[in-house]
Amino acid sequence: MQLVLEKRAERSDTIALVSPLIAIGLTIVTMVILFAILGKNPLLALHAYFIAPLTDGYSLQEIAVKATPLVMIAIGLSLCYLANAWNIGAEGQFLIGAVAGSWIAVKTQGTDAGAWVLPAMLGLAAASGALYALIPAICKVKFGASEILTSLMLVYVADLFLDYLVRGPWRDPHGFNFPTTAEFDPVATVPLLIEGGRLHLGSIIALLVVAAAAILLGRTIKGFEIRVVGAAPRAARFGGFNANQLIILTFAVSGALAGLAGIIEVAGPVGHLQPGISPGYGFTAIIVAFLGRLNPLGILIAGLFLALTFIGGEQAQIAMKIPLDVTKVFQGILLFYVLACDSLILYRFRLEFPNRQVARGAG
Amino acid sequence: MELVEAIILAVLAASTPLLIAATGELVAERSGVLNLGVEGMMIVGAACGFAGAWLTGSILIGALLGILAGTLMSLVFALMALGLAVNQVATGLALTILGVGLSGLIGAGFVGERITPAVHLAIPGLTNVPLIGRVLFGENGFVYFSIALIVAVWWFLYRTRAGLILRACGDNHVSAHALGYPVLRIRTFAVMFGGACAGLAGAYLPLAYTPFFIPGMTAGRGWIALALVVFSSWRPGRLVVGAYLFGAVTILQLHAQGWGVGIPSQFMSALPYLATVIVLVLLSRARTGGSTAPAALGTVFVPDR
Repeated sequence: MQLVLEKRAERSDTIALVSPLIAIGLTIVTMVILFAILGKNPLLALHAYFIAPLTDGYSLQEIAVKATPLVMIAIGLSLCYLANAWNIGAEGQFLIGAVAGSWIAVKTQGTDAGAWVLPAMLGLAAASGALYALIPAICKVKFGASEILTSLMLVYVADLFLDYLVRGPWRDPHGFNFPTTAEFDPVATVPLLIEGGRLHLGSIIALLVVAAAAILLGRTIKGFEIRVVGAAPRAARFGGFNANQLIILTFAVSGALAGLAGIIEVAGPVGHLQPGISPGYGFTAIIVAFLGRLNPLGILIAGLFLALTFIGGEQAQIAMKIPLDVTKVFQGILLFYVLACDSLILYRFRLEFPNRQVARGAG
Repeated sequence: MELVEAIILAVLAASTPLLIAATGELVAERSGVLNLGVEGMMIVGAACGFAGAWLTGSILIGALLGILAGTLMSLVFALMALGLAVNQVATGLALTILGVGLSGLIGAGFVGERITPAVHLAIPGLTNVPLIGRVLFGENGFVYFSIALIVAVWWFLYRTRAGLILRACGDNHVSAHALGYPVLRIRTFAVMFGGACAGLAGAYLPLAYTPFFIPGMTAGRGWIALALVVFSSWRPGRLVVGAYLFGAVTILQLHAQGWGVGIPSQFMSALPYLATVIVLVLLSRARTGGSTAPAALGTVFVPDR
């Protein structure tokens, strides 16, 4: 008896719809086992992870705050992945955006610069993120260098550059030698939506990005080109679509969104530039993009869900001393299950009994 | 003289994990599988390797545990990418994300602990020869093993029938399948070999390079190993050259920091990563005549029946 994979005659829409739910279910079952191995009560742990953060207003706001960069980055990445361009360096583009925007904040610190500061920061961050993403895109298009490896290498470079700035020229002179810039001025800070709360303007920007992506993919020729180039490169060539141009375009857009997310994080919840501003948003966003089926609305939901795991992970650590790394394991396992379930949209399993009839005939 | 010898020793020490991990990935890629999870398999190998050595006091058991961990990780990849025909790029990324989390979880209890690192060979008389003595006769077992490994892989790929079949799977899986070779099984073994090597390369770091474990200690070496495979044009001989060149860049930047060159240390630390980007660009550019990559690299194969 043998389990074999075979291609379906046509893609299964039912499975396409339920596969993320199956994946989440399987992940939770796996987590229960993991919690048991760690010697924690699985039910309490699941409650701390998935229920507790939903029960108080502060945590709910915090989920939206964490989902903001995830959704923005993942929307950009989804455009790349749809066009079969593998940008995995969003983390670096996020950091460069944060650095570039912070430059204006640092330089205008203590001056009476007006309301132009924040818009300028956002604009520069998006432009810098896009330019940083264009490096691997151009290396790919012009020279054929693997964009996967180059975009990833640039994450380490961006990380070191940020580290240099906050330990060197931009360090807060009154910061007791901590590697951080001074707190940004109010004009260089993303405004809060509710006074005294956590929710900030960035979440609105993220929603606008989701809407824009939905329109781009669903209602425009460019969006159609992106999807065709990724799904049917040969057909796209016959259609006269320029795949290289789309690699450049999708990388630039995703870099801009990651850069924007970077400065919003720094000028919003964090309030100053320092190392470790990202708990791996750029990488988690890859999971968000896939869990959301590379669909804008799906990404919004997936982003909120993964933000929940970040907040739940923190609460589980405080309440039950569950290590924070469990969250990363959870996210990794989730991506595996998502990909595995997605496979069943195009393929199905069949049981084969290769030798049974032969054996009977002989007997 | 002393300095030259010290630099050569340091380069060998820095290159060895790159060479081991890249050797494994080279075999996997020659069979047609692009496993981007090297970094994840390495970091889990590092955590398990250190845990094994710390608990038992044996470097060998640590190394074996690293190999086992890397192989298990690669089996997860094989199940997904080969068994379920999932996109190899996405699966490899998932493996790295999972590996980083798992290693943090496994290694958490061992942060701050120290072990006695792997012993170096000492042959009275030979090891004391100036300049070359310690380089040739005073290394630890990992260094010798890495060289034996790449020679064995070269011999396997180019001098054995099994190696020829493996390369055939990487260049044209449809033909290999039509000839009756079990493409997916061969690829599974190649991926497992890659995982074993990545696990060992990861274990090398806490067992021989630094005698302690810190989370994230692979610091992108798995990704550099992937770039090295591209650099080598998928050939074992060039892989050795590439690995030692990259080791040299790493050591150069460390020494430059020590000499007090007026460049901020972060810029020097960024050098190996920037060098990787530049090398990838230059090589890909030089190769416009036609790709040397295995023709079926990274493509999904579902046998028809």
